[in-house]
Amino acid sequence: MVYGPHTPDDRSRMLAALGIGSVDELFAVIPPGVRARPMHLPPGLTELELMARLRTLAGHNRVDLASFLGAGVYRHHLPPVVDQILLRGEFYTAYTPYQPEISQGTLQTIYEYQSLLAELTGLDVVSASHYDGATATAEAALMTCRATRRDRVLVSRGIHPQSRQTLATYFAGANLAFDEVPLVADGPAAGTTDLAALARLLDDPARPVAGVVAGQPNFLGLLEPMPEIGRLAHAAGALFVAVVEPVSLAVLAPPGAYEADIAAGEGQPLGIPPQYGGPYLGILACRESLLRQIPGRLIGMTSDADGRRAYVMTMRAREQDIRRERAASNICTNQALCALAAAVYVAALGPGGLGDVAATGAARAAELAAALADSGAPRLHPGPYLNEFAIRVPDAVAVHRRLLHRGILAGIPLAELEPGDPSLADGLLVCATECTTAEEIELFAWALRDELGVRTGVPVAVSGEARR
Amino acid sequence: MIPSDLHYTKEHEWVRVEGDVATVGITQHAADQLGDIVFVELPEPGKRLEQFATFGVVESVKAVSDLFVPVAGEVIESNAALLATPEVVNGDPYGSGWLLRVRLSDPAQLDKLLDAAAYEALTAED
Amino acid sequence: MSVTGRKLQPTLFELSGPGRAAGRRIPVPPADALDRLPAEALRTEPPALPEIDEASLVRHYVNLSQLNWGVDTGFYPLGSCTMKYNPKVNEWAARLPGFAGLHPLAPDETAQGTLELLWELEQDLAEISGMDAVTLQPAAGAQGELTGILVVRAYHRARGDLERTEVLIPDSAHGTNPATASMAGFRTVNIPSAADGGVDLEAFRAALGPRTAAIMITNPSTLGLFERRIVELIELVHAAGALAYMDGANLNAILGRYRPGEAGFDVMHFNVHKTFSTPHGGGGPGAGPVGVRALLIPFLPAPRVLREPDGTFRLERPGERPASIGRVRGHVGNAGILVRAWAYIRAHGADGLREVSDDAVLAANYLRFRLEADGTWEIPYPGPCAHEFIASGAGLKRATGVRTLDVAKRLIDKGYHPPTIYFPHTVDEAMLIEPTETERVETLDAFADALVEIAREAHETPELVTSAPHTAPVRRLDEATAARQPNLRWRPAAPVAPSQAG
Repeated sequence: MVYGPHTPDDRSRMLAALGIGSVDELFAVIPPGVRARPMHLPPGLTELELMARLRTLAGHNRVDLASFLGAGVYRHHLPPVVDQILLRGEFYTAYTPYQPEISQGTLQTIYEYQSLLAELTGLDVVSASHYDGATATAEAALMTCRATRRDRVLVSRGIHPQSRQTLATYFAGANLAFDEVPLVADGPAAGTTDLAALARLLDDPARPVAGVVAGQPNFLGLLEPMPEIGRLAHAAGALFVAVVEPVSLAVLAPPGAYEADIAAGEGQPLGIPPQYGGPYLGILACRESLLRQIPGRLIGMTSDADGRRAYVMTMRAREQDIRRERAASNICTNQALCALAAAVYVAALGPGGLGDVAATGAARAAELAAALADSGAPRLHPGPYLNEFAIRVPDAVAVHRRLLHRGILAGIPLAELEPGDPSLADGLLVCATECTTAEEIELFAWALRDELGVRTGVPVAVSGEARR
Repeated sequence: MIPSDLHYTKEHEWVRVEGDVATVGITQHAADQLGDIVFVELPEPGKRLEQFATFGVVESVKAVSDLFVPVAGEVIESNAALLATPEVVNGDPYGSGWLLRVRLSDPAQLDKLLDAAAYEALTAED
Repeated sequence: MSVTGRKLQPTLFELSGPGRAAGRRIPVPPADALDRLPAEALRTEPPALPEIDEASLVRHYVNLSQLNWGVDTGFYPLGSCTMKYNPKVNEWAARLPGFAGLHPLAPDETAQGTLELLWELEQDLAEISGMDAVTLQPAAGAQGELTGILVVRAYHRARGDLERTEVLIPDSAHGTNPATASMAGFRTVNIPSAADGGVDLEAFRAALGPRTAAIMITNPSTLGLFERRIVELIELVHAAGALAYMDGANLNAILGRYRPGEAGFDVMHFNVHKTFSTPHGGGGPGAGPVGVRALLIPFLPAPRVLREPDGTFRLERPGERPASIGRVRGHVGNAGILVRAWAYIRAHGADGLREVSDDAVLAANYLRFRLEADGTWEIPYPGPCAHEFIASGAGLKRATGVRTLDVAKRLIDKGYHPPTIYFPHTVDEAMLIEPTETERVETLDAFADALVEIAREAHETPELVTSAPHTAPVRRLDEATAARQPNLRWRPAAPVAPSQAG
């Protein structure tokens, strides 16, 4: 066997002890009619061959492009100390810490993760991880229904479409309802949650609302009026869920400061590589009063029989292995190692370093916005943003493709993420981080100017205005 | 010892009737079986319960158990002190560890419950 | 509370000191970088995160790691968790920059390597399971269950069959099964086990009917037994118009021996962090692909990975498969984990995978035989087991008062991770023991000897066992106080003292 220790002698010894001649006898219980036919799989590879094939496959991915892709997943400088810690076999080959006496490493690191995220979110209770930002958002919405015993949630269209789709799947299963709150169509607040529409949706006595879900920044990169959204939600007896990006919390007001009851978010920016979608980190935090409603594991500090400080999984009786069909969630395996990555990352950067990451991204994004506007692609929305924004590009999908062939990943065509929204049809969602270089910005701006100039044949500034 | 003046359910709840007020708790046997009780979830006053309906749950470190009301009635009061000190259920289940008071609606329902001797026989089987 | 034991560490917050943060990692941003943002959107003060030099940070984590037990440190016979060796080449593979650096919204033409790998993994898992198609999207086994049951729900609804509101689940099932059924809007009907550990057929027949949407069966079961009546069970399920879901948690017992799709199951999930050796990570991440037979393909979550006629690969576009249940998470799945699973399968091939199960089952039976022969431990289901088996400490408890929990803690002193205990709930004082295929015979022998010795200790010096562990970094914990007065985050201001306990 490839990774096993057994020699033919070992197997013979075990078979002899069992008094059987062949391992086949141990499978005799499988009814003959349903025994497997031989599997057809490619022959096993040696380690040398395996590594060659993997190198080839990895080489077929293009990770050498000037990338302005974000939308919840960001390219950040990854301090090597993070991965060195993750590669400790004692961490990554451990199971869930069911035996606390020999799991204090995992338990303390997760307790520290909870504490770090409590600082960042301004909320006291942090679950020991969910799958990703989308599922954490769905679980947050479900929490509001359990806590209020209401069955309808309002979700801003400023929440990432994939999170809304995930929420829709979870809600269909739970027979709960949700309505989307539109974004303001134009004017200074364009692209942010429409407060008047929100107020109307909340004002339906026949259909009381359990929770209101809005993002900061929202998925178009814009800052939302979170305090106002929270006030409206609370006035209607609903809970307020803030969907946040964790690096931004080093500089933006935390959910606890604007009275959010629950925070959810994608933890990937905290030291986790993009790796085509996962594993990531679902952040879920809440106020202490909602402690009984939060799904997933919680690690608590306590003491051992000698009075030493020690850590343990706590409030276990809420979870599926004990509460079974009445558990708040079926979550079992979570993203513990990704939570460890996030904790090491935050600790490695410190408060100043994390603030620098957020501020540098904001500075680079402003440079990017200015350069792209000069190239004829002004921002689609006028409101404030941190490090991500949408630009208006005529025929955005085609331009995006042509830029790709010039080595530029020009963000995300919003028409692909939000095909149903004509106001976004000409939008490209672009971002910058501390990893974005001046050269990359220059390349993007130059190529875009070239594309737009060639396509329209008129001065680019005019073409940008003409489409308003 | 199993108090002789109470009525019991097969699910290990007891009820004490004083006038039209029925006080409900879990037995020492149940508390011992559960181990260290860490949380008790109880209903709001005003809620109407049918006989043997579930009215809450009790959690220990590694188990969770439904609570069944021995007699029908409207909830007068839940033992709010247990929210902060659930361990009282372990220490004094027939006294300060009571769970619920309901307005007894049908005293005849008491006939469907076990007396102390019958309950003791039940727990001896465990 | 003191932090005085060997290797015990203060918290990150206690290691912090102003100005101690590690050297500059990125250039200093312009001072006015945030001036363009409205003041009310900004923090009024920076978060109170720790400031620690890198050397101290590394020592903190390395010392903490040494308080842990992992497959890399020793035997980990945790039943139903398949704690097999995690090959190092898989860690190397997942970290290749081409895989690790790829953005999930990268255009398909820039993601051909990962897409090809994922597509191949779908094909491989379909072949291994006898299913017709596989989605890789679910993030974990429990999410695979939810996905599979939502697919079942969508199937019945598409047929206008709205009355199927129940899912039948044997009482030995993992807690995730009933929790999943509830999340998907179904009522759980518990099916008792028969005396032989299999599903009680009479109880099953009585529960099955026009309201049944599906049965969820773990096969082999969590008792380590292949379900003898599986053919009849599936026939009955189908005759009732319901679907058969297989929980693939125990797939490590049947690779190359039993293919659930071929044998009539309609849908199943895989735990790649069990069968296919992706590391458990202290609780995660994993991945929970779901395989289905052809009739359920329309309902699989989106996006799937498709191969075009020209041999290129792409993700499904939004709305391309209208009957889909939708997304169960962001993006295509835990691709970084799936790279490891692919590498594991490709290192083995068909013969290698069959040998994995052969060796896992042989090792479990050998260990079961060692304990059975000694006679100290009750083996409630004698005879051949699958890749794991149950031993019961009920007799020992009656004789000595020593509980299975105590035995588990004493095993720590002997240098082993304890087996799964008190699961399944259907066996008193249960230990569920799964040695996996990657442990030497010598280890199996020594573990059996240790269990026998603990039983002797329980008779002779029971307090030695009931006060175990004695050699672990910490002793037994005050879990009651942890739950009654939860301390879930560090609070610098409040001194944490045990006297807070009520």
